[in-house]
Amino acid sequence: MAQATTTSANSQATQAGSRLVDSLDNATLLGWLRSMQLIREFETRTQQAYQQAKIGGFCHIYSGQEACAVGTIACTNGDDPVITAYRDHGHALARGMSARACMAEMYGKIDGCAKGKGGSMHMFDKPNHLYGGHGIVGAQTPLGAGLAFAARYEWEVLGTGSKKVCLCYLGDGAVDQGAFHEALNLSALFGLPVIYIIENNGYSMGTAIGRHTANHENLISRGQSYGIHSVRIDGLDIRDVYDQFKPIVDMCREEQKPAFVDLHTYRYQGHSMSDPQKYRTKEEVEQYKSKDSIAALLDHLMNDRQAIDEDGWKAMRDEIRDEVKDSVEFAERAEAPSVEAELYSDVYIFPQPNLSPTREYVHGAKNPLL
Amino acid sequence: MAELNLVQAINLALAQEMERDSRVMVLGEDVGLNGGVFRVTDGLQKRFGQDRVVDTPLAESGIIGTSIGLAINGMLPVPEIQFEGFLGPAYDQLVHHAGRMRTRTRGAVTVPLTVRVPVGGGIHAPELHSDSPEAIYSHHVGIKVVMPSTPSDAKGLLLAAIRDPDPVIFFEPKRVYRSYKEHVPEDDYIVPIGKAKIVTEGEDVTVITWGATVFQALAALDELPEDVSVELIDMRTIYPMDEDTIVESVRKTGRCVVVHEAARTAGMGAEIATILQEKCFLHLEAPVQRVTGFDTVMPYYKLENHYLPEAPRIKEAIEQVLAY
Repeated sequence: MAQATTTSANSQATQAGSRLVDSLDNATLLGWLRSMQLIREFETRTQQAYQQAKIGGFCHIYSGQEACAVGTIACTNGDDPVITAYRDHGHALARGMSARACMAEMYGKIDGCAKGKGGSMHMFDKPNHLYGGHGIVGAQTPLGAGLAFAARYEWEVLGTGSKKVCLCYLGDGAVDQGAFHEALNLSALFGLPVIYIIENNGYSMGTAIGRHTANHENLISRGQSYGIHSVRIDGLDIRDVYDQFKPIVDMCREEQKPAFVDLHTYRYQGHSMSDPQKYRTKEEVEQYKSKDSIAALLDHLMNDRQAIDEDGWKAMRDEIRDEVKDSVEFAERAEAPSVEAELYSDVYIFPQPNLSPTREYVHGAKNPLL
Repeated sequence: MAELNLVQAINLALAQEMERDSRVMVLGEDVGLNGGVFRVTDGLQKRFGQDRVVDTPLAESGIIGTSIGLAINGMLPVPEIQFEGFLGPAYDQLVHHAGRMRTRTRGAVTVPLTVRVPVGGGIHAPELHSDSPEAIYSHHVGIKVVMPSTPSDAKGLLLAAIRDPDPVIFFEPKRVYRSYKEHVPEDDYIVPIGKAKIVTEGEDVTVITWGATVFQALAALDELPEDVSVELIDMRTIYPMDEDTIVESVRKTGRCVVVHEAARTAGMGAEIATILQEKCFLHLEAPVQRVTGFDTVMPYYKLENHYLPEAPRIKEAIEQVLAY
């Protein structure tokens, strides 16, 4: 049966002592803080590199949404499959991709996670069970169902794996795509352990949610209509995310069935770096920045837990700044993929004789990251 | 006469046609308030209102399917699909419904639909944002496929497309959007669909291309010795193809190079080469050469210019057919 749970930002915070997140140690929450700050700093440097024309194409910045990727991935095991759309740098870093591989990919360099041939929208990290990074809105949702199908088959039929849960992220704009509805139906029908996480930042590119999707105030009805357990969560507060998302992951893993989460968040930058942002006011952006998820977690760690002080926070930020600076320098230094080795490689496992009409075909080295 | 780039010329054509005919509608993702991903529809919603310039959800199948419904019931929709790679979800509607409605109803129902789609590479974007799928849609009967390379042709072809009673895919080469300006007439004029343009007249070799590579071919011509006389043809319409113009030219020159960004295998170059061997066989002095993208996925950024048929590769091919 479908269930609906709607929780406002603070309803659980008032129940001191009863929160799931309170059972976690300081080191875990400090890890979240570090991961979120790493994403923020990484994205700041990404923007700079893009503005200097060192990164090509289209670039979608994750700043503001850090609590979504970090908070949800914190609820999973390292071998649970994860798949997302094109605003994917945050998920890659939260999943454990090195800042170097992520930055070098955007620079189009051979040491990037996809050999510099995919760019910003195509972050793949198979050892960390991250299956992209996909550029077509909503197209990854049926793939998420398939990842979950395989995981369940492996556990139930082959008897070779443990119970897994797939996290499948999409934006609020993607709920309007046909592929999304097909995926929801398949998942519910077949009992697939996949959680569809709508990172609902309120805008489908430049179109506000009230202008792009019907019944937007009740987005969880999309999941409920397929009989899928559906929950709305405040995605700006990582402790709320953990409190509510962890039981969902546990339930989906145990019962091997799907769930749907409307995770409310906000992006600080435009849809992509080339967005004039005529559709929202500066005041609105500032209002959300005053509820910043990193500041909120820092406040909790400093004042409620006394887990970190100003000096410790400065040291953490300095360390992250160095790590990201190093990733930029690494990406600058790295080589571009060679034409002979890489232009035609990785299309088929066995090179086809007609792939290169004008040059000798050389198959590129296997990507060490994939 | 104003100097306009491709973006401005298309914007002007849309505005003039919307002014002229109240059945013309624009719809697509962020086409209204934001003015389109490449700002091609900038200002149109303000001028013509939200009923005629409609911001849609991210739903390409829905956008094209709804446009077909609008078209078969009396409207003249001009939907925008943001990038050629996003045609994927709309493929079924476009090919199986728009393209076949006239045949399926034996002429009773027609689809006056114009789908505007930015196309091709050269702007440092990754795959799905840099592809050239013109051959795919030309292969499907019932759809016309056009790709202007210049602002003035774009205006005339867009007006022709909107007024055409059958569905037209109007590909706009992104690389040209803001890189070339020319005088675009203010008045109402048509560039007929299915008619190629001879850009430069010549005697020694025919170069056939379309879209952004017209400018690459022109750059290649600049590098050739002055005594080499090249006839450069901009197809403008990919399908239905202007066979008369290319056949007449190649019968004159006896040599031909076809240039396109799309991958080589089963690209339009293969079709053109076949037409030429069928109709110019005894006039050919050399095999028809193709300068194309390669049979690989459009690579990102650093390798992009190796994939695209740039001027040096075109020049080399011209020299090869001349030396044959």
